[in-house]
Amino acid sequence: MLEYTPDRRPTGGLRLPAHKEASTAQPIARGFVPRRLILALQQHQGPATTPVVSPGDRVLKGQVVARARALRSAAVHASTSGHVRAIEDRLVPSVHAVHRTRCIVIDADGEDEPLAPGKSARWPKDPERQLKRIRDGGIVGLGGGVFPTAEKLGIHTPCKALIINGVECEPYISCDDVLMREEAEGIIDGALIMRDILSAPECIVAIERDKPQAIEAILEAGRASGDTALKLADIPTIYPTGGERQLVEMLTGEEVPSTHYPSEIGYICQNVGTAFALHRLVRAGQPLLSRIVTVAGDGVARPQNVDTPIGTPISELIEFCGGYRGEVDRLIVGGSMMGYALPNDEMPITKGGNCIIVAARSEVRQDFSERYCIRCGNCGTACPARLLPQELLRAARSDDHEMLDEFGLTDCIECGCCDVICPSQIPLTEVFRNAKFAHARYQRQHVFSAETQQRYQRHRERQRADARRGKDLQDNLRHEVETDEAAKQRAIEAAIKRARQRRSHDADRD
Amino acid sequence: MLIGTVVLAGLALGLCAVLVLTDRLLPAGKDPVTDRIESLLPRIQCAQCGYAGCRPYAKAIAAGEADINRCPPGGEETIRQLAELLGREAVELDTTLGSASMNRVARIDEQNCIGCNRCVPVCPVDAIVGVQQTIHAVIAAHCTGCELCLAHCPVDCIDLVPRDA
Repeated sequence: MLEYTPDRRPTGGLRLPAHKEASTAQPIARGFVPRRLILALQQHQGPATTPVVSPGDRVLKGQVVARARALRSAAVHASTSGHVRAIEDRLVPSVHAVHRTRCIVIDADGEDEPLAPGKSARWPKDPERQLKRIRDGGIVGLGGGVFPTAEKLGIHTPCKALIINGVECEPYISCDDVLMREEAEGIIDGALIMRDILSAPECIVAIERDKPQAIEAILEAGRASGDTALKLADIPTIYPTGGERQLVEMLTGEEVPSTHYPSEIGYICQNVGTAFALHRLVRAGQPLLSRIVTVAGDGVARPQNVDTPIGTPISELIEFCGGYRGEVDRLIVGGSMMGYALPNDEMPITKGGNCIIVAARSEVRQDFSERYCIRCGNCGTACPARLLPQELLRAARSDDHEMLDEFGLTDCIECGCCDVICPSQIPLTEVFRNAKFAHARYQRQHVFSAETQQRYQRHRERQRADARRGKDLQDNLRHEVETDEAAKQRAIEAAIKRARQRRSHDADRD
Repeated sequence: MLIGTVVLAGLALGLCAVLVLTDRLLPAGKDPVTDRIESLLPRIQCAQCGYAGCRPYAKAIAAGEADINRCPPGGEETIRQLAELLGREAVELDTTLGSASMNRVARIDEQNCIGCNRCVPVCPVDAIVGVQQTIHAVIAAHCTGCELCLAHCPVDCIDLVPRDA
């Protein structure tokens, strides 16, 4: 396995304090069985799944509780044994915000009884059936984007390289780091399975330089596999280089065009956790039942990484880590940069839930007094998407949608770098996040209005043409009748015939 | 002195002729003010402003003949944008004109539709489909909620319902 350092520098970005020491001090805590599961029917990007159990049913660990109907979907499984208590709407954390969605609530019986492996456990050879198996195995991108893995691996554009993302640049999150340390063989195996599905000529594992143990473990596993297509890229420790677009640009020098996915220019990024989940599905027939979750922050007694069954309530997870400690200011899902605060701890860990920060008062910024923009331009330097946040801010605050388009609001990845670096403490990312909703609404409206205008114009033209044609016919007839006696007779006969026809038609109907 | 005067006068006359000719001969360009005003209007052609459509209303505004508060579906937001574009005072919406709203769409009650076909030609965006003697239907995605069809239905079977219902 070749180890190399890319010679490009990332665009923008910041060096941030990592806050990962506490959670990486111990190995992954395993064997946690929750008392209750809350399984959201939509834990991925795409249409929701359909439940196949009803309240009162007993379910076993690994049993499908909701099936994927659409292509861009992924099944949901019971991650421990128990009884279905209810199927109801609940608040669940998703990619950018808390959403109300239908959930299957299961009371666990503590026996953790697994489903007997079926006879179809052998990994199929046909690519279509492989993808179906991945979809039925519930595997989605575990880096946080929760894009269905089968959809991503089923692309038709030829793949130039498979990139296994182990960068994990956001502060506090360390689930990928510990997974790479402990399960490097599984990750490499999963990566090679993906490589085969995509028939990618090379497979680059990207890891940040501040994770020497993970790099060592992956290198060893890569060498042991003996595969020559594997490469390991060590990436400078700059946030947000782990973002898909940023990573592709950093590794290949190719910029992912606006509004396109990296897969459309031939690069597939997969998180290390996803690769490991695929390895378990293929080699052990086990669907996605659990993920590594970092429980971090000064507000929890034992910060650590926990192998957490999907659907575990956050309160139980924190209890497993020794409970709350001291004065807790807020509960954040995701990292400290792109995560968001939760209103309570009753919500479940979903497939995308990589980190829970139990933030003590001392860890959270308390001063939110905003001052004027002094046009220092620091935000533009820090922006990894090459945007001009100060101009965007002006446009967003004055609802200038044309200017928002021009300055590329939709390309903002909401990484939060401009917020951190702003000397006037302007909450730029928050403004952009809100502006994106308003902008999307405006664009929908604008497109509708333009289409309406076109429809109206076509309607008018048709009406005018009809009127003209009617007038022409009348004129012709009048001309003929006035000049020719025989034509006059013919016209009268035709009119009588029409009237008769109409009368008999009406009689038929009555 | 004389040469200078003659040359300059000749130039002035020549250029003047060129300008007059281009103005007469070249086709009249687009009306940018009307276009911009029209782009701010909802363009749903409800005619509740009292003009035959959004374009005529935009023309009237551009000519200074109409006030900017005559668009019920656009509401306060459109008034604000028009005021900003034209440098006029934002005024209260004239609520006596009508209540067309883009948040609603027409729906035909199929139980009562007699297939008279009177609503089809009056729909400005061809959002109603159906031939004579058959039940008609509204294409909700195209309907603008302009209310124009309501008055033409002899059996009063068209209702306005919230767009996402």
